[in-house]
Amino acid sequence: MIAEIGLAALWFAAALALLQLVLAFAGLKGGKPELLGAVRPAAVTQGILTAIAFAALITLFMRSDMSVLLVATNSHSMKPWLYKFAGTWGNHEGSMLLWVTVMGVAGAAVALFERALKRDAHMATLGGQAAISLGFYAFLLFSSNPFARIAQPPADGQGLNPLLQDPGLAFHPPTLYLGYVGLSVAFSFAIGALLTRQVDAAFARAMRPWVLAAWVLLTLGITAGSYWAYYELGWGGWWFWDPVENASLMPWLAATALLHSVTVLATRDALRAWTIMLAVVAFSMSMVGTFLVRSGILTSVHAFAVDPQRGSFILALLALYIGGALALFGWRIGSVREGAPFELVSRETMLVVNNLLLTVILGLVLIGTLYPLMTEAFGHKVSVGAPYFDRIAGPIALALMVAMAAGPLTRWRKDKAGVVGKRLLVPLAIAFVVSISLSLFAWGRIGILPFLGLVIAVAVGVASLAPLWKRKLLRTPLFTYGMVVAHLGCAVSLAGMACDSAFTVEKLVAARPGDMIQTAGWSIRFRQITPIAGDNWTALQADMDAGRGGSSVVIRPQSRFFASPPTTTSEAALLTRWDGQLYVVLGEEVEGGRWQLRIWWKPFVTLIWLGGIMIALGGALALVGRERRGWVMKWRPHNHNMTTEGVEA
Amino acid sequence: MKAKHQRLILALAALVALVGAGLLAASALKDEAAYFYAPADVKTKGAEPGKAIRLGGMVVKGSLKRAADGITIHFDVTDGKATVPATFSGIAPDLFKEGSGVVAEGAFDAKGTFIATNLLAKHDERYMPRELEGMTYNETTHEMKADK
Repeated sequence: MIAEIGLAALWFAAALALLQLVLAFAGLKGGKPELLGAVRPAAVTQGILTAIAFAALITLFMRSDMSVLLVATNSHSMKPWLYKFAGTWGNHEGSMLLWVTVMGVAGAAVALFERALKRDAHMATLGGQAAISLGFYAFLLFSSNPFARIAQPPADGQGLNPLLQDPGLAFHPPTLYLGYVGLSVAFSFAIGALLTRQVDAAFARAMRPWVLAAWVLLTLGITAGSYWAYYELGWGGWWFWDPVENASLMPWLAATALLHSVTVLATRDALRAWTIMLAVVAFSMSMVGTFLVRSGILTSVHAFAVDPQRGSFILALLALYIGGALALFGWRIGSVREGAPFELVSRETMLVVNNLLLTVILGLVLIGTLYPLMTEAFGHKVSVGAPYFDRIAGPIALALMVAMAAGPLTRWRKDKAGVVGKRLLVPLAIAFVVSISLSLFAWGRIGILPFLGLVIAVAVGVASLAPLWKRKLLRTPLFTYGMVVAHLGCAVSLAGMACDSAFTVEKLVAARPGDMIQTAGWSIRFRQITPIAGDNWTALQADMDAGRGGSSVVIRPQSRFFASPPTTTSEAALLTRWDGQLYVVLGEEVEGGRWQLRIWWKPFVTLIWLGGIMIALGGALALVGRERRGWVMKWRPHNHNMTTEGVEA
Repeated sequence: MKAKHQRLILALAALVALVGAGLLAASALKDEAAYFYAPADVKTKGAEPGKAIRLGGMVVKGSLKRAADGITIHFDVTDGKATVPATFSGIAPDLFKEGSGVVAEGAFDAKGTFIATNLLAKHDERYMPRELEGMTYNETTHEMKADK
């Protein structure tokens, strides 16, 4: 019954999306404005229906209803409840339902909360959202029905991939999808603006909070995914340039560029066409990512099953939406008035530099991700791995960081290069001192990229605080703090990456219980191996005391065996200290009663994810700051003169 | 500054960035095209010692030996046409075993032994390194064949 309710809700939601599209079109173009009144209720109801469908699927998983094919093939009644719950989206159909649900709920949110857009643009935006939702409903209902039943339910399910049986599954995919699919709102805004020919500062101010919200969630989702991969895969790495990771990075790069260009449009009414283009590109990258992950042309832990029919379906959707949006762009952009011009040395130019560099990185990552697929189509297998991405993305990302140090210190409209240089004196001096001391202290032990990374991280960290210099801290607007915190987060993250690649100490040993292992200032006593059992796994666990200068702590790396499906995973033991992380992996037993151990001391590695959280926090502060100022202005109209450019920092 | 000039400068900057990026990608990909090696490629083309590559093939049955230190393993990788020796220090993936596929990241040393820094083995029944898809290993002849 529950499965049928879920399926019915999906069909109704799809029908409403079609209705919403027709109503918006007929209302705007067909000369029947009275129809527009029904567009918002349709969007809200659609959002509620998708939420009902999603809740139905969660219920089926929680109850381990094996008469539903998806539950039978992906769940197991012995699984802990958290993984029954999160396992809902740990498979192809469930994750596509999550995608559609986020899209429906985002559409409802735009219908309910968007107040700044003019009515016709608002309606066109909702029409656009309905149009893209429709394709994904069709995909779900015709090729990936999550509610399909089976005639003979098995006694028990096949279980969930043990790599996914981790609390990370409850957080990473939903946040990532909220960000990923949240970008569909920016896409719809762009469509709406093109259709109604309203590309101006007011439009940008209306779009900005939606972009910010999606971007914050995307940042959190990527950060969480990176940390999850780091501790779960047991390789000690935090980014693998896996095509699936690239699929989440590419929308993020586009959204980051969009976030900055939309600010130029909102503040100075410049970069109109470019901002619209980026809004289209950002969500297109989300769809490209989905195509890569869901079509089965890639093999990874994220690609749950291989099914060429689904691939062609998503490819068709992709061509339809991206092609359609670009065609609309080409057709209409000529009629968008030229934006305001600006001087060569100005904040606007710095933000253009930011956009260019981000777009270049995006293009290079896209090429690197698609290249193997293209050559394979010609019968030639090529793999593009970390060396390519490190080599191209590393230097450009560092250049981007340098631009980030100077950008916020450059005035809007017009500035003098010499004056900007003067403002950068302190960070430059500090960079100089850091590079001298690093050269003295670590010359020859540290590669050129980590070296530059550390120096730039420190300089950017200092420079990112400079916008607060000599300001009354309590009267500084919240969104300025947002920028400062986000930029500081980039510096913090970069410092973590550089420290990890420059100073990590690795030790590989085969040790007997009772042995003492010394590495990087740590003394680790390997006491014993104990067999233990969990809910749906058994494990061999190494009990160890790890100590540094006196007191010691117990750590327990494990090697886990799951019965369904039969898999071994290694659970690394992580010991976090303020100056880094101790990372211990237990391998297999070798002759002589010895056990393989892989031990890393990773100085300041945690800064990578701390920086990620700071970037997201900065985005959240900016969002709250902008919105709150909107409320204040609504209630105190005499404060309108606050919107001079000085405040719009 | 006039709007026309500005558009021109912006377009030029974008063009320079685009061309630069294209050149960068082309040069990096040219190296990458030579990134994946099968043992036969090593024999015919030769692999420069010290250059980071991926070596893919099957682990020859009976070739896997563990060194006395307990963490170093020696094994041979074959694609049916050629065989190269390889060495790996570390914790091998669980599904790394004789007669199954492996993609090793690392570089050749001066003596022609492949020093692997990372092993990508079949993760589970569903996951296989892309490079090994469509290849089968003949248990008796120790030959590896492409399906196509």
